[in-house]
Amino acid sequence: MNYNWNWTVLVQEPYLEWLISGLGWTVAVALCAWIIAFSLGSLIGVLRTLPNKALRAFGTCYVELFRNVPLLVQMFIWYFAVPELMPDDIGRWMKRDMPNPEFTTAVIALGLYTASRVAEQVRAGIEAIPVGLVSAAVSSGMNVRKVYQFILLPISFRTIIPPLTSEFLTIFKNSSLALTIGLLELTAQSQQIAEYTFQGFEAYTAATVIYVVIALIATLLMHQVEKGLRIDGHENRES
Amino acid sequence: MGDFDFQVIEASLPFLWQGLQVSLMLTGLAMVGGIIFGTLLALMRLSKFRSLSLVAATYVNLLRSIPLILVIFWFYFLVPLAIGRPIGSFYSALIAFVIFEAAYYSEIMRAGIQSVSKGQVSAGQASGLNYWQIQWHIVLPQAFRNMIPILITQGIVLFQDTSLVFVVSLRDFMTASSIVAKTEGRLVEMYLFAACVYFVFCFAGSYFVRRLKNRISV
Repeated sequence: MNYNWNWTVLVQEPYLEWLISGLGWTVAVALCAWIIAFSLGSLIGVLRTLPNKALRAFGTCYVELFRNVPLLVQMFIWYFAVPELMPDDIGRWMKRDMPNPEFTTAVIALGLYTASRVAEQVRAGIEAIPVGLVSAAVSSGMNVRKVYQFILLPISFRTIIPPLTSEFLTIFKNSSLALTIGLLELTAQSQQIAEYTFQGFEAYTAATVIYVVIALIATLLMHQVEKGLRIDGHENRES
Repeated sequence: MGDFDFQVIEASLPFLWQGLQVSLMLTGLAMVGGIIFGTLLALMRLSKFRSLSLVAATYVNLLRSIPLILVIFWFYFLVPLAIGRPIGSFYSALIAFVIFEAAYYSEIMRAGIQSVSKGQVSAGQASGLNYWQIQWHIVLPQAFRNMIPILITQGIVLFQDTSLVFVVSLRDFMTASSIVAKTEGRLVEMYLFAACVYFVFCFAGSYFVRRLKNRISV
């Protein structure tokens, strides 16, 4: 194995800037997609536990559809197929005038995909709450909305923080798929540096280290959230 | 939408079938390799030697915090460098998948090993078996059986993940679909068709897992 080490490429112009801009896109895609994933996922997860059959079926269909198709295929469908399927003027707008098409598409695709995974965690969290609590709430005169608002959601969202943390980490990793539709995020930039400089080892090491640091920071952050929200005396599933 | 062209799908079926075979083969081999390597990692993680468990924990946590695409790029670059000649994207992708999936399988096998009661290990020791005999004849078979549904579920995830070999242009089902999509100019048809095929496989797989779980729990 002969390989010419040259770690200094990483701090040279323009490669350092490439890495920084890649990191910026990775964080931006992941955070924006997380907003969609968290809000939509919570909604779908709640739908799947409601007494209404039609709403429950809708939630189940959403989860099954988005979970059983690879994210890469979904990314391509949103990027290449959806503009064709839209009415003419919207399709034309999506192809020509939509600002930052790669970024927007990546955020939508990743957000909707992760929503299906968040929904499963939310549903599991709600279903893990003992039925007695719900019966007690109903018998003290609460309606469905109030049962969710005061009993089910406050408890379940606290208990599912550990699995949600892992989904939050996954969304950073999955944001790398945006490179397939041409967004130059962190993985794409490191690959581009490897191609330009033939210093693959250094380039990929830099990306690896940055992802590990992101994972550490995200874990610490979620741990703080968990600590801040913990109910005294309430046992969490993982701790 | 009116001019949906089924002809293009039909005409390219043999080509897509070849791609699907690559996807399935990659899934199968990576699953076997990942489970074997993952089990070794799990044993290391649970071993009484601190250094071994530290190495395994570092490996698993490192691999679980980086994206699969980056791992695929790493091995696409490293493998030819290590053996001094190009070996094609299939083998480097396969190695990347085994290395990556082992981290996930090791967590599953660790839970499986921990699900086997301690009393059985003590019983094995009392009847004079050594560490490897206890693991091989008592612990691992039960751990494996308890974890079969989760191992298969991870296999389904792996099957979806194989689509990522697109980034190194390995001709799996996904890459084959996108080649047809681009050369025929039929992006809508091909990507929706690819989605349907993946959906059918994964949905059938998870249905099978649910049936299996019910049967095991009875």
